[in-house]
Amino acid sequence: MSNIPAKLHYTKTHEWVKKDDDTITIGITDHAQTMLGDLVYVELPEVETHFDGGQEIAVVESVKAAADIYCPIPGEVVEINEAVIENPQLVNEDPYGKGWLVRVRPFDKTAPELLSAAEYTKVVASEAH
Amino acid sequence: MSNLIFDISRKGRRAMSQRPGADLKVCDDIPASMLRKDVPQLPEVSELQAVRHYTNLSRKNFSIDTHFYPLGSCTMKYNPRGVHKLAMMDGFLNHHPLSLEENSQGMMACLYELQEMLKSVTGMKGAALSPMAGAQGEFAGVAMIRAYHRARNDLERDEILVPDAAHGTNPASAVQCGFKVREIPTGADGNVDIEALKAAVGPKTAGIMLTNPSTLGVFEEKIQEIAKIIHQAGGLLYYDGANFNAILGKVRPGDMGFDVVHLNLHKTFATPHGGGGPGSGPVVANERLLPYLPIPRVAKEGDKYRWLTEKDCPQTIGRLSAFMGNAGILLRAYFYARLLGKEGLHRASEFATLNANYIMARLEAAGFTLAYPDRRASHEFIITLKKENKELHVSALDFAKRLLDYGFHAPTMYFPLLVPECLLIEPTETESKETLDGFVDAMIKILDEARTDPALVTGAPHTLPVRRLDDVKAARELDLIYNAQN
Amino acid sequence: MPFIPHTREDIQEMLKTIGIQQIETLFDEIPDSLRHAPLDSIPDGLSEMELTRIARTRASQDSGLLCFLGAGSYEHHIPAAVWDVTARGEFMTAYTPYQAEASQGTLQLIYEFQTMMASLMALEVSNASLYDGATALAEAVLMAVRLGGKKQQKRARILMPASIHPHYRSAVQAIVYQQNIELISVPYLEATGAIDTKALNQLLDDETVAIVIPQPNFFGVLEDVDALTDWAREKEILSIAVVNPVAMSLLKAPGQWGTQGVDIACGEGQPLGIPMSSGGPYYGFLCCKKSHVRQMPGRIVGRTVDLNGKQGFVLTLQAREQHIRRAKATSNICTNQGLMVTASTIYMSLLGPEGLRQVALTCHEHARELKKILTNIQGVTSVFNSPFFHEIVLRVNKPVDVMLAELARRGIQGGYALKDAYPELSDCILVCATETKTIEDMMTYAKHLADVFEGRKQACPT
Repeated sequence: MSNIPAKLHYTKTHEWVKKDDDTITIGITDHAQTMLGDLVYVELPEVETHFDGGQEIAVVESVKAAADIYCPIPGEVVEINEAVIENPQLVNEDPYGKGWLVRVRPFDKTAPELLSAAEYTKVVASEAH
Repeated sequence: MSNLIFDISRKGRRAMSQRPGADLKVCDDIPASMLRKDVPQLPEVSELQAVRHYTNLSRKNFSIDTHFYPLGSCTMKYNPRGVHKLAMMDGFLNHHPLSLEENSQGMMACLYELQEMLKSVTGMKGAALSPMAGAQGEFAGVAMIRAYHRARNDLERDEILVPDAAHGTNPASAVQCGFKVREIPTGADGNVDIEALKAAVGPKTAGIMLTNPSTLGVFEEKIQEIAKIIHQAGGLLYYDGANFNAILGKVRPGDMGFDVVHLNLHKTFATPHGGGGPGSGPVVANERLLPYLPIPRVAKEGDKYRWLTEKDCPQTIGRLSAFMGNAGILLRAYFYARLLGKEGLHRASEFATLNANYIMARLEAAGFTLAYPDRRASHEFIITLKKENKELHVSALDFAKRLLDYGFHAPTMYFPLLVPECLLIEPTETESKETLDGFVDAMIKILDEARTDPALVTGAPHTLPVRRLDDVKAARELDLIYNAQN
Repeated sequence: MPFIPHTREDIQEMLKTIGIQQIETLFDEIPDSLRHAPLDSIPDGLSEMELTRIARTRASQDSGLLCFLGAGSYEHHIPAAVWDVTARGEFMTAYTPYQAEASQGTLQLIYEFQTMMASLMALEVSNASLYDGATALAEAVLMAVRLGGKKQQKRARILMPASIHPHYRSAVQAIVYQQNIELISVPYLEATGAIDTKALNQLLDDETVAIVIPQPNFFGVLEDVDALTDWAREKEILSIAVVNPVAMSLLKAPGQWGTQGVDIACGEGQPLGIPMSSGGPYYGFLCCKKSHVRQMPGRIVGRTVDLNGKQGFVLTLQAREQHIRRAKATSNICTNQGLMVTASTIYMSLLGPEGLRQVALTCHEHARELKKILTNIQGVTSVFNSPFFHEIVLRVNKPVDVMLAELARRGIQGGYALKDAYPELSDCILVCATETKTIEDMMTYAKHLADVFEGRKQACPT
């Protein structure tokens, strides 16, 4: 059973989103890291680059798959987690903590369409066959 | 301990009988600044050491010549030795590609006749032999579709439709041609979802890429309806010939409605796989797409052969290789087709299909789960080990690795992506019933091991030169060339 | 039936197990209207013996000529051991090493090849091969655009010297044009045959991503590679070298050009132990700086360990490739040229660094000799006043087609006519002499050429 913290928000494409005052933090869920397997490489954007909602913002790679990470809302990258570039294993070990990927400052305050933990739990359940 | 050739090297050692003549010191007419000062890291060994090293390396491989190799979608049939020998005759082997036409008539006759034979088996009007692998054939076919639409000023069409079960080269080739890819889902019966297809076609549709039988190992029963839908929307149909061995001499892609086809000669026409190539992916096309075929091609005028070039084919998508593609492979395919003849080509698909259905029946009887139990196998079929994974915690990967211990190369694993924990099994027509029975018996034994002694399966292989390899480490700590300091 | 082992009994038992009466039933899912494939153009099958006669006749039609043709395909001596070992069934009939534990032979060999190739190019990594030199150059261009095109511009431009093999330029054009990449032709200087460096600055603009630098170029002429590489670095564009691998044992290698070397090196591997075989199969090699490795197309082998810590080899960085990344792959390439790489690796092991250097020196020496002997003939002149390697352009004052046809009738392949690709050189041929040609061979060529010039009839037709 994969770990889905209640306080976070989620997307259908298996990202988690943590909302702070000015910024949001993005990572991949426990379900995603299990499906991918041991990560071997993480490609993060440059700080100060701008992204649209739904645009690819990062890539994570294991030996058997490569997955695009999508930015949920239009915004500017303010910080990236250098630690996972050095050690991609952090994403597997602690996907919601030390394995965070990108911090983005949204351009406007309109709430992005995100799933609650309960809704995301349903998504994961429907994918398991 | 397997040494690298560099471990055996010693400074100053050389295979002296390979020197071209008396050793030369230096050339004084090339400026010194252009000359290399260091020594490249090439082996310094005796001839015996080189021969022994590489001979011993070869003995660590599985191959068709040594093992049953039921790799789905790869058609690992026997690579006839005779065909190889003929292609190595001096007049073919030591023939320069830019020789004058008068001095190339023998080779060109073989190529021309191969063009004609490929047209015949596919029901198409023109053939181009230069694409050097299936993926390059795909590129050519999609580029031809693009050229066709552009020639008619139909510039809005920027989408290629691809089933979600398609081989990865399909969407990759479409993107290489500047298209966007739109995936069409597959139904539970293994056929493309027609309703989803209808919803996806429109004025942006340039074409669709299909394999038939599909990558799921079953015949796309509604292919004629699919062809109609695509053509009516103004698109064209591309046929991926990877599974052609299933229908060779039985069904022609041209009759199914396809406009352009590539064939994999290293699959259907038995040319050797070589440890990862060379292959060959010729394209054949119908009347509509004829003008766009790549060059060079061979034409016949009277009893003389000549090369068709850009001048003869102003609308060609162009040249895809420096010379005539994988000419030696084309020769081998030609000789193979001459050996088999009309009758033999019919029989290939019949016995490939018989062998696949036989294994499928035996595995089903032994308790394995078929992905499509209500469908006939084509020349290949899929089993899913989802149940075994859940109950016994052994995966398709574990089964595959344990098969190696039993002396069988594993089937294709985890492709197509649609079916979880799958093995795609393609025996080909050149295998005997005893071999097939041996394979099924091994599968049954492994299933039993999974129940009684799972470590045997999850820890496999046990009997090969290496145990299971750490590919995570290989990707995280890149060690791609040998450094003397290592 | 050839290669089908089934006896009548086998067939009966198998049909029984499946639960049907005849093989045709297995095709019953196929609509009747489609079950019709008359194999009209296919002749009846032959035995191996009968086919051998046909093959022998056809092969002999094309053989027996003394070859002074180069132009991208070279006749070198290939040690007997190369193909004896390469043609072993374990190498020849193996497939792509996806099951690494069952393919350690092929995988280790490729790792050794990558090491040799990278070192020959003086760069840090190599892939496991592409289809040929022309498509390798196309892939290098696409790779450069991915690396340099982060500016997310609509179109990318590549500086492509006219002195690069015309078939390579054609193939690259056919391939990259599909992705909105433009090739900008850079002229060569009439006197030297080398790249016109003054023209470079004029042709450069904001959309230029890379320059392609040959060594030697198609004419056999040696380029000022240091200056060109440093120019590219100064202008902040990528440099792609396209080179003859035998030449790199003698000449400075792409990783050593200029102050920091090129970004990508590629070319045709045929000269390293592959016979000319009417144009293929050959293979393309691609090497690059380590920092670019994730954008490099094609298969790559990495060294690792197994469960017990024992050394082993696997395909790595596969997430870049089509079978995983699909539409976003670095390339669509799947099957490459594995067997040719096997042959080259064994060839390079037999020659070693000194042996390969001797081949290069001997080729150069013979080309010099050939140039001297042929330009001695009234009506034959050398065109470019430059250092060269192994090939030269000669101007002849007889119609080129007629001359080459007459030479061929006399058993000599005199060279490659340049008129189709270079109308300004319509009276010129490109001639090559490798280590396989002796002085006697060259004198034979010269004698026949002199006869053709004088209009003398052949004494005894060969």
